[in-house]
Amino acid sequence: MSAQAHELPRWLDVGVLPVLNLVMALAVSAGVVWLSGQDPAQALALLLRGAFGSTLGISYTLYYATTFVFTGLAVAVAYHAGLFNIGGEGQAMLGGIGTAVVALWLGDSFPAWVVLPAMVLASMLCGMAWAAVPGALQAWRGSHVVITTIMFNSLASAFLSWLLIDVLKDPGNMTVESRAFGPAALVPGVHELLAALGVDWPRSPLNLSVLLAVAAAVGVYLWIWRSTAGYAVRAVGFAPDAARYAGIRPPRQVMAAMALSGALAGLVGINEVAGVHGRLLLDYVVGAGFAGIAVALIGRNHPVGVVLSALLFGALYQGGAELSFEMPGVSRDMVFTLQGLIVLFCGALGQVAAPPLARAWGVWAGMRAARRG
Amino acid sequence: MTRIHKRFGAVQANADVTLRVQAGSIHGIVGENGAGKSTLMSVLYGFYQADSGEIAIDGRPARIRNAREAIALGIGMVHQHFMLVEPFSALDNILLGAEPSWHLAAARQRVRTELQALMQGTGLQVRLDEAVEALPVGERQRLEILKALYRGARILILDEPTAVLTPAETETLFGTLRQLRERGTTILLISHKLKEIVALCDQVTVMRAGRVVLDTPIAQTGVDSLAEAMVGRRVQLGRADATVAAPAGDALLSASGLQARDAHGVLRVADVSLTLRAGEIVGVAGVSGNGQSELLDLLAGLSVPDAGQLELGGQRFTPGRWLSPARARRLRLAHVPEDRHRRGLVLPFAAWESAVLGYHRLARYARRGWQRRSTMRDDTAQMMADYDVRPPEPELRSAHFSGGNQQKLVLAREALHQPQVLLVGQPTRGVDIGAIEFIHGRLRAMRDAGGAVLLVSSELDEILALADRVLVMAGGRVTGELPIAQCSEAALGRLMAGIA
Repeated sequence: MSAQAHELPRWLDVGVLPVLNLVMALAVSAGVVWLSGQDPAQALALLLRGAFGSTLGISYTLYYATTFVFTGLAVAVAYHAGLFNIGGEGQAMLGGIGTAVVALWLGDSFPAWVVLPAMVLASMLCGMAWAAVPGALQAWRGSHVVITTIMFNSLASAFLSWLLIDVLKDPGNMTVESRAFGPAALVPGVHELLAALGVDWPRSPLNLSVLLAVAAAVGVYLWIWRSTAGYAVRAVGFAPDAARYAGIRPPRQVMAAMALSGALAGLVGINEVAGVHGRLLLDYVVGAGFAGIAVALIGRNHPVGVVLSALLFGALYQGGAELSFEMPGVSRDMVFTLQGLIVLFCGALGQVAAPPLARAWGVWAGMRAARRG
Repeated sequence: MTRIHKRFGAVQANADVTLRVQAGSIHGIVGENGAGKSTLMSVLYGFYQADSGEIAIDGRPARIRNAREAIALGIGMVHQHFMLVEPFSALDNILLGAEPSWHLAAARQRVRTELQALMQGTGLQVRLDEAVEALPVGERQRLEILKALYRGARILILDEPTAVLTPAETETLFGTLRQLRERGTTILLISHKLKEIVALCDQVTVMRAGRVVLDTPIAQTGVDSLAEAMVGRRVQLGRADATVAAPAGDALLSASGLQARDAHGVLRVADVSLTLRAGEIVGVAGVSGNGQSELLDLLAGLSVPDAGQLELGGQRFTPGRWLSPARARRLRLAHVPEDRHRRGLVLPFAAWESAVLGYHRLARYARRGWQRRSTMRDDTAQMMADYDVRPPEPELRSAHFSGGNQQKLVLAREALHQPQVLLVGQPTRGVDIGAIEFIHGRLRAMRDAGGAVLLVSSELDEILALADRVLVMAGGRVTGELPIAQCSEAALGRLMAGIA
């Protein structure tokens, strides 16, 4: 009965509650900005203008969001099998390695329509393989996936350094990076595509991977909620005993979810390595794997939510960079504080406002019922 | 308590409820799930505040805002699920939250002396130094009662106290409660077992849909009229007539020499053999925890035995190559599991998703790996109509149905694909009377249609009402097998206790 007291109608739960959380986070952030002697209203305006105020700003926001969609979906997929995949970071690194190996191997001798799909496939397979090992250890040996994926992040980072220093390093280049990919191995930028269509769009890192991210979100939605495989995965995530009763073998579902999760994280390699840098370098993941955890948390592990919260994070990255540039009093760290507060209010404290909201809703529903008699 | 109103959102849980309990009496409160009994008691114990209405204790108006105030007013509550710290000793559990001194050793000594006097006076014997996890269920319950009394309870609320007890433990409990009444304690007993209410109480209040529908001295009523008041119509439980089972047909499932151990290596099923024939219901009676659950798991393919063999659908299974749940379904064996919350349903799933659990890979529900959701929804709507599942909303989460409706949904799902063998565990545990009657009817109908039903139940009444043949299990063994004509509670009780 006490559970009933906190039951919210769906539109309140999905629509109003997240907005309320975001407003609370912004209010507290405004307080912090104000305490540091700056004008919160101006800071917010700058942040918004930086993220959405120009085609260039929008491009950057979307470019950041693309990476967050991949890592956010990776966390969400694993979550539906009851797993907490913290290894997005490492899986994304492996995705980049797969991308780079195919690009360096085939990029100079085959046309783009052969090379690019092969790179996408390679990034997914490498990310998948990197997630499959912790997945298998969890499924058949019971080693907790949180521990093993964290360790696999370190392994991936060491592996990447070794590859770049001892194997793929470009002779004669002082920085630790591979040689540049051939033109066939570069994902076209959105500005190039739009230019071909006669639309004038500023040059930015935004590339066609953004379409891949949209496709991935749709694909994940269909897989989780429309396919028999997704049904089995969700059954295992919610109730392993019920799944076993239903003839579903939990280890297989754990493997399936981890494999898909790793493949999604691997796609970060396409956006960053093949879409922006055009070469393999050391730190192209820069915490995107961990940001994916926050993105999935705020997006409630639903593809639509993940896309929206990835956009929010993209806007924070881009708008935050502009903000610290335009307003010297607001440092980069202040922007991190803002991000932290949003994660705190929308993710960790996501249900804090639910009981008062439910109470308000209950009072209102009661009054309405009473008025009707 | 007078004119208590309590509303949750749009649900009126208590409407104009007035309850008067005579001091020093045992007062029963009965009603189906969701009738408002628990809400009323929670208002009395301070978990909820009534929207309106008054509470008076000993004639004095009382305001009870939390459990602490309730305890101060001499109200004690024994929950259905015990509130005990398992690794602590019995003594420490009583001490917890009521320490008379910060010096634990001295406090223990003082409490021990007081408790020994209390145990003497009430006959509530508990081994105080034993860890709670080592105590049998009946003793844990005595500990809970003792705890409430030690805190000065003069009014004792017991919520479904016999749900976890064996018949013998129930008798002991009733003796204790009568003794407490002699000492002047007032007892409020919430139960759905009408027989027990009639046997024990002085006065009974029947609730239905948040209202009091009957309030009468026990002498002026009986099980049948109480059931009628509870459900709102006449109900027929027990055997409809002296059904003589049709001569049983071919063996559909036979198992022999089954043996299984649990994770700790304890023998749970020892040398069990049984045969299920077409057109019969075989009951498995026994006190919970005597190997019945493990036997069901073996037969459903959920666990693999150490020894024994199984024949089903013309195939033979041995421990090296045992039945899997998926194959069991293909061989037309259906299973209504004992624990519908953990196994029978996926609680966060919509009803239509739970309604295909285990059958989700059938061609009917899946095409090339994609779900055929409209078929699933249509089938669920049909099941809900056929089995009177309320509310009939396939989109509602499985967790939001009442126990009886969840069980009807599980049974509907398992019956839909025309099984030949149906394994049923505790089909009516936590299910209200109206639904019990319905579920029993469906099980009989499956038998009459030529199915074989294995019914595992810890309710003797249920076994006696349904089975054509009864196996009794004790200590993991089958201690006896009787045709229904030779079954009596006494005979079964002896076998259940392992006295051959």
